[in-house]
Amino acid sequence: MAVKTATGAAATVPSGAAAPAKRGFWAWLNRRMPIEEFVATQLTGYYAPKNFNLWYFFGSLAGLVLVLQLLSGIYLTMFYKVGEATSFDSVEYIMREVNYGWLIRYLHTTGASAFFIVVYLHMYRALLYGSYRAPRELLWLLGMAVYLALMAEAFMGYVLPWGNMSFWGAQVIVNLFGTIPGIGPGLVEWIRGDYGIADATLNRFFALHVALLPLALLLLVMLHLVALRQSGSNNPDGIEIKEKLGPDGHPLDGVPFHPYYTVKDVVGVGVFGILFSIILFFVPTFGGLFLETPNFEPANPLSTPEHIAPVWYFTPYYAMLRAVPDQRAGALLMLAAIAVFFFVPWLDRSPVKSIRYKGWMSRTGLALFTVAFVALGYLGMQPAEGLYVMLARIFTAIYFLFFLLMPFYTRLEPVKQPPARVIYHAH
Amino acid sequence: MADHAVVADDEVDLSRRKFLTTATIATGAVGAVFAAVPFIESWSPSERSRAQGAPSELDLSKLEAGQMTTLVWRRSPIYVVRRTPDMVARIAGHDAELKDPDSKYSDQPPYAKNAMRSRTAEFLVLIGTCTHLGCLPKQRFAKGELYPSWPGGFFCPCHGSRFDLAGRVFDGSPASINLRVPPYSYPNPRTLLVGVDEKGAA
Repeated sequence: MAVKTATGAAATVPSGAAAPAKRGFWAWLNRRMPIEEFVATQLTGYYAPKNFNLWYFFGSLAGLVLVLQLLSGIYLTMFYKVGEATSFDSVEYIMREVNYGWLIRYLHTTGASAFFIVVYLHMYRALLYGSYRAPRELLWLLGMAVYLALMAEAFMGYVLPWGNMSFWGAQVIVNLFGTIPGIGPGLVEWIRGDYGIADATLNRFFALHVALLPLALLLLVMLHLVALRQSGSNNPDGIEIKEKLGPDGHPLDGVPFHPYYTVKDVVGVGVFGILFSIILFFVPTFGGLFLETPNFEPANPLSTPEHIAPVWYFTPYYAMLRAVPDQRAGALLMLAAIAVFFFVPWLDRSPVKSIRYKGWMSRTGLALFTVAFVALGYLGMQPAEGLYVMLARIFTAIYFLFFLLMPFYTRLEPVKQPPARVIYHAH
Repeated sequence: MADHAVVADDEVDLSRRKFLTTATIATGAVGAVFAAVPFIESWSPSERSRAQGAPSELDLSKLEAGQMTTLVWRRSPIYVVRRTPDMVARIAGHDAELKDPDSKYSDQPPYAKNAMRSRTAEFLVLIGTCTHLGCLPKQRFAKGELYPSWPGGFFCPCHGSRFDLAGRVFDGSPASINLRVPPYSYPNPRTLLVGVDEKGAA
C-alpha cells in the first residue's frame, strides 16, 4: 500500500533521507501522524546558512530557557499560595522547607534574567546582520511581540512574591496607565481591582502570569518559528542563500539544520548550562541585580523603599522615564523607546543588510546605541538626581537618534558590495 | 417549495450567500461584545473592596504642632500635618518656583483650592502618594534640609519630585501636579473625617 505524501514534499526531502517505511508500527503511525514528513521538512530538510557564528546560539537558547521557566514555574505553583496574607510566607516556605524548593525557585528567578540576556543578544544579532529586513519583517515583528509578552510576564512574576519591591514596582508600573488622558484614573482602578495595589491585583497578576501569558508566549514563539521557516534564516553576510541553488535544488551555502545545527546548539547549551549553574548555585541574587534586596521584606503599603529600581532588564527604559520632568511625557517616551523597535525594518534603507558591508555611519550609530543602551541600564539603577539625570537625557537622545536618523545615514553612507556567496572558512 | 426554485440546483446565489455571511458575522460580533462585558467588569473593584473604602477618622488632639501622622483611606496613606505658624509662613514666597502655585491643574476639593491647600491653615490633609508614579514622598520639613533655599516640604525618593508645605510641586520635578487632597471634613473641632465632606461620602 502506497504511503500518502504531500505533493512536492519530495523536493524538500534531502537525497539522503529514506522513503517512509511501508510496514510495521512506524509506518502505521506515520500514516496517521506526519512525523517523518515533519522531521524531513523542518529539521533534516530545512537548510540554514553554513556561516552561522556565535551570535546564532541565542535563538535556541531562548527556547531552552522558555522550557526551563515553564517547568520550574509549574513546580512553584504547587507550593506557592497566592494572596496578600499568604504569598510572601509561601515563598519563604518554598525557600526553607520544601525539598529542593530553593533550587526550583532560584531556577525560576535566574531563568528570568537569563531569558532577557539571551533575548537581548538575539535581538542584537538581528540589528547587527539586518535580520529584520525584507523578507523577514514579520519574523521581526513576531519576535518583538514575544519580547512584549515576555516583559509583561516578567513584571507580573516579580509582583507574586509580594515583597516590598514587588508592591512598589507594581504601584509605579500600574500608575503609568494613569497618565493616559481622560480614561487613566479609571483604567488604573480597573487594573488594580481596588483603590490601591491589593489582594485583587495580586490574584489577577497570578492568573495572567501562570496561564494567559505563557499560552500567549508559546503561541507567539510558534508563529515566530513558522515565519522563520517560511523566509529562512538570515546570516552574518546578510545575503539570501536561496538565490544560489545547487543541482539538488538546495542552497549551495546551506546545510541541513539537523544534524549540523542541532549539534552546534548542543555545544551552546553546554556552555550556557555552565554559566547558568555558576549563577544559580553561587550567586543567585547576583548582587541584587537578579533579586533585589528590598524584596526580602514583605510588601508594606506605608513604606516606600528608599530607592525603587526595577530588575536590570527594565532599567534602560526606567532611566528614560525618569529623565523627563513630566510624567505623561516620560511615560510616552518610555513607550516610544519600545515601539520604535517595531519600525526598524522600514527605517533601515541601506542597500545591504549586514553590518559587515554597511558604512561607517551605521557602524558608529550601532556602537553609540550599544553604549547608550548599556549606560541607560546602569543609570536606571542609580538614584534620579544630578549628574545621573543629565547623563540619562544624553543617552536617551542617542538612543532615539540611532533610530530616527536611520533612514538618512543608511542611504547616505558608502557601502561595500556583499559577496555573491557567504564567507565561510572550513574548520 | 415553488418559491425556492428560482435558482437552479447547480447554481449558487452569491449575493444571498454574502448577505447571510455578513449578517452572521455581524450578529456574532455583537454577541461577542456582550459576552465580554462580564469578564471585563469582573476586574472592577468588588463590592467588598468598595465597602472597605469607607471614611477614615482621626483624633486631631493627639497630633502636636509641627508633626505629621499617616492614616489609611482607600488603601492610600493620608498625610495629616499640623503646621506651626512658622511652617505656614514658609509656604509663601516661592510661587515662581512652582509648577501650579494656584492649584489650577491639580486635583483637590474646592475648599482646598487655596494658597494653604486646606480648610484651615493649621491642618494639611493630603493623599500621600506622589502624583508622579505613586511612591510615598518623605517629610523634609526643616528649612534648608535638601538645599540652602529649601523652604521645607516633601521629597519623593523614587524619582526626586519635591513639594512644599502645602503639597505644591516644584519646577524640575517629574510630577506635574500638586499632591492630591482627599475629600474631608471636621464633624467636630477635634475630629478629622477623611472621605466625607458636604457633598457626602466620596
